[in-house]
Amino acid sequence: MTDEIKMVDIYLMGKRYTVPETLTILDAMEYAGYQLTRGCGCRAGFCGACATVFRMANDYELQVGLACQTKVEDGMYLAQIPFFPGRKANYNLEDIKPSMGHFAQLYPEVYRCLGCSSCNKVCPQDIDVMQYIAYCQRGDFAGAADISFDCLMCGLCVSRCPANIVHYNAALTARRLYSRYIAKPDPFLVKRAKAIEDGEMDAEIDALVTADHEKLQELYNEREIEK
Amino acid sequence: MTYTPQLQELMKKVEETRPSRVGVNFPRMTQEERQDVLKKFHPDYIEDGFREIKVGVNKGARLPTEMADVFESWSPLRDVELDLNAEPAYDVDVLIIGGGGAGASAALDAHAAGADVLLTTKLRFGDANTMMAQGGIQAADKENDSPAIHYLDVMGGGRLENVPELARALVMDAPLVIKWLEDMGTMFDKKEDGQMITIHGGGTSRKRMHAARDYTGAEIMRTLRDEVYNQGITVVEFSAAVEILLDEQGRAAGAVLYNLETEEYQFARAKTVIIATGGSGRLHYRGFPTSNHYGATADGLIMGYRAGAKTIYADSIQYHPTGGAFPPQLLGLLVTEKTRGLGATPLNINGEQFVYHLETRDVESSAIIRECEERGLGVPLPTGITAIWLDSPILELTHGEGTIERQLPAMLRQFQRFGVDIRKEPMLIYPTLHYQNGGLLIDDSGHSTVENLYVAGEAAGGIHGTNRLMGNSLLDIIVFGRRAGRDAAAKSKDMPVPGKLTLEHVEAYNRELEETNAADNRVGPILLPHYTHR
Repeated sequence: MTDEIKMVDIYLMGKRYTVPETLTILDAMEYAGYQLTRGCGCRAGFCGACATVFRMANDYELQVGLACQTKVEDGMYLAQIPFFPGRKANYNLEDIKPSMGHFAQLYPEVYRCLGCSSCNKVCPQDIDVMQYIAYCQRGDFAGAADISFDCLMCGLCVSRCPANIVHYNAALTARRLYSRYIAKPDPFLVKRAKAIEDGEMDAEIDALVTADHEKLQELYNEREIEK
Repeated sequence: MTYTPQLQELMKKVEETRPSRVGVNFPRMTQEERQDVLKKFHPDYIEDGFREIKVGVNKGARLPTEMADVFESWSPLRDVELDLNAEPAYDVDVLIIGGGGAGASAALDAHAAGADVLLTTKLRFGDANTMMAQGGIQAADKENDSPAIHYLDVMGGGRLENVPELARALVMDAPLVIKWLEDMGTMFDKKEDGQMITIHGGGTSRKRMHAARDYTGAEIMRTLRDEVYNQGITVVEFSAAVEILLDEQGRAAGAVLYNLETEEYQFARAKTVIIATGGSGRLHYRGFPTSNHYGATADGLIMGYRAGAKTIYADSIQYHPTGGAFPPQLLGLLVTEKTRGLGATPLNINGEQFVYHLETRDVESSAIIRECEERGLGVPLPTGITAIWLDSPILELTHGEGTIERQLPAMLRQFQRFGVDIRKEPMLIYPTLHYQNGGLLIDDSGHSTVENLYVAGEAAGGIHGTNRLMGNSLLDIIVFGRRAGRDAAAKSKDMPVPGKLTLEHVEAYNRELEETNAADNRVGPILLPHYTHR
């Protein structure tokens, strides 16, 4: 910034640090001198490593955010939750079906949902978590897969759930069931894969692999480009 | 409003020219024009960013200065006592170093082939550039396409410098990989009838970019990770490998591991070792910001190199044309190429397009740098840098309202978090350090030039020549991860447990550093970038 950067006070686990107001929470922690191992991953909002809870001074409301995707604010009291224990059901995708029965065996706790909506309140992706748990309960895996898709598996929902549901793992299983059994296979993909395995595509490519640079460059420059 | 009044004023020019740009394609460059802009503006051609390395098997090779510093670094074990005759902490058939898409794919196929597998990773399992890859994965699985046409795109995009057998493996395995992923429950974008939805990427001649919204890599990574856990494969997190161990015949036979949390060293013995540690964007070549993961610090390159593995095109770095430039919290972060794939175009300060929107990444980036540096037509930002508009709102005109929310949810969310609505406001972008085109040389089984040492993923080189196309990296990590996993497992079957383990190659490397008076304060792999008190 060409103008002087404004500084703000933030409290990392209760300890005050003065940092530039343009920083994200993650950058601010580093500015304060932390060398991060836990609580820092892709730094771009895709990996869910940096779940953070915070309160503003004198405000009762608990707020959440990804440290890499949330700007610091003056009077922010924060702590990271880089890991929260959660059970993952182990299963063989080929041995299960997209049925309520099979799913209930893997994740019986989804039926303990109290409908409190705590999960929705803390999802940094604004996913309707409670709704996809409801879809899982009734075996609507297409619905669960669709609305849970943007989940980063950061674990904040799990940290707040009074019913001890591990939402993100249930959702992942729902998406895998949907993709494996409910979404239709691409018929041409199956055909193409077989053609490759049967060696039917070898001759065409080997002609290119053995071609000299001049020939390749010519073919490349003149190749037809799909509109 | 995140955009300043000055930026809002400039934005009006983009809005003015928008109606005249709908449905109009800017001409592609000729091959000569491409060469010209590359030579003048691509950072790979700017000589003062490079130097020759003085040590190791590729002594004399040209490397980016920051990478050369890592290659000419001392082993972290220089002052560490480690008894390699003691019982190893782990004793396995296949040791996989790295928990991204390549490591996970290798683990699954090695395990399926009956090998006892250990996957060890520096941060969490899944902490990798794979997780951040947004736009897509290429495969020739349409009737108007074929692996041969894909091959031509790969070779031409790579300036014909690709190793042909590697490019062949990449494109021939591609449809098999898509099928493998889908059978595993990966949720690709599909039509009702099951047909894969595919679009163009820079330099593609067919629409073969498969996507999972704009979370393609994340969707692939979380599925692979879930399956690795389902298979009961041993995964050790926060345990970075720092050196490859060799046996007395100079074959890879394990690795020294460093527990980042307890700061202890241990070692693993293995019949075969697969390096899948990813790239090096966090070395910030030429001071560029990067789209890469926090852990992308070239660890595997230096470990493998010290063990004697040769490099190829390690001086070839990819700058992604569309890194975030503003707001400052998004500096260097990736704006997925899918945005251009759908039809968003780069524009200068006058709201004019100056380059076809889907040139290959090297050419597109160079043209953007030229527009800002030589022609002075970049958009000046309050942060002191210049940038280019990327006209995202045009997508709502060309494909209909709701397109961005449906196809680019991650981008929409990311910019929204910092006050920019990309449905209404164009993005501000500039090239960002994105990918290491080269790496450690492999053959089409993923085998390096050191016996029993494999490399897969971004750490490997040769597949993409000196410029990779979009969507071929998610592909390559799985193609070569699986190939390395299968070959390593097969090789381990008939092999006895390695004999005496040594670090003599590291000592020899340290002696070379002494002889060349290498700087004393460099220790590598660096494992984590240092951003404290910047």
